[in-house]
Amino acid sequence: MPDAPGLELIAGELREAHPGSVLGTYHEHGQACLIVDPAQVREVLLWLKNTPGQEYNFLASLHGVDYLPAEPRFGVHYELLNRERVERIRVRAAVPDPQQSRTSPDGSGREAEQPAGSDSDELPRVPSVVDIFPTAEFQEREVYDFFGIVFEGHPDLRRILLPEVYVGWPQRRDFPIGGEEVIFTYNERAVPGWTQ
Amino acid sequence: MEVKREKLRALSPLAEPGSPEHLRIRQLRARDLLRGDLTDEQLEEHVQQSVFLGRLEDVLNWARSNSMFPMTFGLACCAIEMISLVGSRYDIARFGAEAMRASPRQADFIILSGRVSIKMAPVVRRLYDQMLEPRWAISMGACSSSGGMFSNYAVVQGADKFMPIDVHIPGCPPRPEAFFYGFNKLQRMIQNNPDQGWRRRYNAVGTEEWARDDVITGQPSEASQAAYARTRQAIAEAAEATGPEGADPYGTTGAGTT
Repeated sequence: MPDAPGLELIAGELREAHPGSVLGTYHEHGQACLIVDPAQVREVLLWLKNTPGQEYNFLASLHGVDYLPAEPRFGVHYELLNRERVERIRVRAAVPDPQQSRTSPDGSGREAEQPAGSDSDELPRVPSVVDIFPTAEFQEREVYDFFGIVFEGHPDLRRILLPEVYVGWPQRRDFPIGGEEVIFTYNERAVPGWTQ
Repeated sequence: MEVKREKLRALSPLAEPGSPEHLRIRQLRARDLLRGDLTDEQLEEHVQQSVFLGRLEDVLNWARSNSMFPMTFGLACCAIEMISLVGSRYDIARFGAEAMRASPRQADFIILSGRVSIKMAPVVRRLYDQMLEPRWAISMGACSSSGGMFSNYAVVQGADKFMPIDVHIPGCPPRPEAFFYGFNKLQRMIQNNPDQGWRRRYNAVGTEEWARDDVITGQPSEASQAAYARTRQAIAEAAEATGPEGADPYGTTGAGTT
């Protein structure tokens, strides 16, 4: 695990190798994290994987996060591991929400949930890293499944856990909790729907 | 031997029902009946004591309800409780339902033991459709009855959204005693009338096996068309007579159909 100065060294070297790639760093709870531009996430991961002295060549986990109402809204986390030194580093691609940028500037009015397949331009996009880390294939599908983040260049980007006909991205924070009101005897007539 | 029989016959008014003497008397009377020795009053008495009259339907339902084959089908944690039903401590064999069937085509009823996810719902429905009529379904526990604690994107809020359920058993999970209470309710329902009225409730009148299309031609047979018309007419008449809530064309609350 690189300590805070070690993390800054890595960030500095990355900024030299790929200008504009590292947006920020943080080191807390003993965990080091690089916040990177999603457009350059492939370059960053390749650099961390192949540069002598770094060699974080194992992708332990890839997952998505919804930081609503923060900006940029989404995060795709790449947990990298160097197995010889047993050092871990987290790369977080800060992914903005295309729908958010399109709505009112105060950010109060959020768009309704887009039906699947309606307009994939409205979904956030991140380059896929499957050719760098083959293990990312299913994990990117899972992130797509639950957060609606499109991984460009993924060989087979389909839903993986939810039914293929499912509409919506259920792990987003603005996805409604619970489907519907539970029907008991006392509200059976008041709740419209299936008994009628 | 003759003497002993006469002696037993003489004893018969005094013999308590259920006593060994009583049983022996009935055995001997049955033998006399087969020989043709019983006449008049004795014959009448014997017939009254040993012959039950009933409709074939009632007898059939009595047999059905006491020989139920559940399907081997576990969905979630309630399935663990369902497994314990079959063990010797609770022993569902007491009620004649211990023979778990591995195929829906051999099963009489299905126990939905756990939450039904939206991805599993088509599978459950398909299994239910593969079961032969008459068939029943028990929703075991809160999750399959109403969604339970899983009020989220992945779980169906109540299995009767996609299939008819005969008995809902509350609990998380239900204790085996609770399950047996529900199962006995189901048995009573079957003995009373196998049709629980769900066809009317789910507006599924006309999907009975006798009302379905002819398998070969794909056209409704004349008999099924006539039966369908009769059913519709009976529902309409009942609704006219007692209002929509009181319509009971299947006689679920009455003495039964004829």
